[in-house]
Amino acid sequence: MAPLIVSHEELERRKIVNINSETVSNIPSTDFPGHWPGESHEWSLDRFRDGFRVEFHQNKQFESSFSLIGLDAAVANAFRRIVMAEVPTLAIETVYVHNNTSVIQDEVLAQRLGLIPLKGSVEGLNWMRWHKKPTDDNPETESELADFNTVVLRLDVECTKNPNASPHEEDPRKLYKNAHVYAKDIVFHPVGRQDEYFVGDGAIQPVNPDILIAKLRPGQKIEMEMHCLKGIGADHAKFSPVATATYRLMPDIKILRPIIGEDAKKFAKCFPKGVIALEPITAEDTRQNSEYQGHSGELKAVVRDPFHDTVSRECLRHEEFHGKVKLGRIRDHFIFNIESTGQFDSDVLFLESVKVLKLKCARWKRGLTDLMR
Amino acid sequence: MSREAYQVPSLGGRNAFSNENLGAGSVDGPVVAYLCGECNSRVSLKRGDQIRCKECGHRVLYKERTKRMVQFEAR
Repeated sequence: MAPLIVSHEELERRKIVNINSETVSNIPSTDFPGHWPGESHEWSLDRFRDGFRVEFHQNKQFESSFSLIGLDAAVANAFRRIVMAEVPTLAIETVYVHNNTSVIQDEVLAQRLGLIPLKGSVEGLNWMRWHKKPTDDNPETESELADFNTVVLRLDVECTKNPNASPHEEDPRKLYKNAHVYAKDIVFHPVGRQDEYFVGDGAIQPVNPDILIAKLRPGQKIEMEMHCLKGIGADHAKFSPVATATYRLMPDIKILRPIIGEDAKKFAKCFPKGVIALEPITAEDTRQNSEYQGHSGELKAVVRDPFHDTVSRECLRHEEFHGKVKLGRIRDHFIFNIESTGQFDSDVLFLESVKVLKLKCARWKRGLTDLMR
Repeated sequence: MSREAYQVPSLGGRNAFSNENLGAGSVDGPVVAYLCGECNSRVSLKRGDQIRCKECGHRVLYKERTKRMVQFEAR
């Protein structure tokens, strides 16, 4: 039996998640074999390739926004989770305190240092490998410290009085030298081949030089050595390469029956600016829809830019719009927003997540073949 | 951890505060440096000394921070 062919309208209807005034319906996707009797929803690479699209909305170095259209929520969510928790980055892991007479305690200071985002040449970061940690059962598994798994940073600051400060000065930053310790005071000490990879602008340094680490007063001193390792966000949030990585579904607004005149203005106010436009009713409209008759020349509401809608459902609260508007979201249109913490460019981060997912799939495939043997 | 564990003072005098370990030379015990709580000047005291700053006479003295390296995890 040949599979049933579904009408285009029906397919479009199935793609929309309905946003009703108090509920959300038609949530799960149904385009898999066995859900609709007689229809073939067999997954095929060609069909996916034809239906899949990527559109960039914004691509700044550290913040990018783009749409992935035509894929399942499971895959889109996998990318989001991998970006946050499984793309490796470099962060301070151990702190060796030689001296710290500041008011901030050693352990608090160490924790603060760990959260400072670092940057360095991407080539060098990719060259670096994991540092294996000792486990409780097997303390011998710890890998040796080497130039390809550990980066050494130092922080040596001592606060002194500034002899040139005016006697009436009250600002501690002018009154003393090194009263504030900033991230830019951290010094990179290359070891071994790190000299070749992290040179010039590619040296390991904090992304934001003005992060305040501690405050000192004359006579106080901080002297410490820090070891940075590669790690993943699943282990600790300091290793996460993104500040935020989110997606939302494309909003869909359908005006079912005409909204005219004052109502149209009120309707436009229910949405963020630019989402709904007001257009004059033409003779063409009157011919096509009898509800426009006697209103030619007045304004009607049209959907211009659903992308910027927040889907607040405000329009569903008003009596006059009942039955005239339908809100929804397009199930397979994901608007991603990825904001990098600075170690990698934001668009590279997404590609890294694709790479990680590919590796996972390869591992899974290998596991399956082993199972068959 | 084990380095800083409490050691029971033995009669042989071979503990952290024994005279042999530190070259203070005095029979009364080693000289330990403290910081005055008032004027932040260094005060060296040995056993039996009056606990008092030699500069300002303040009676609160603080021990200096350890010279040992301390390791922390940045977590």
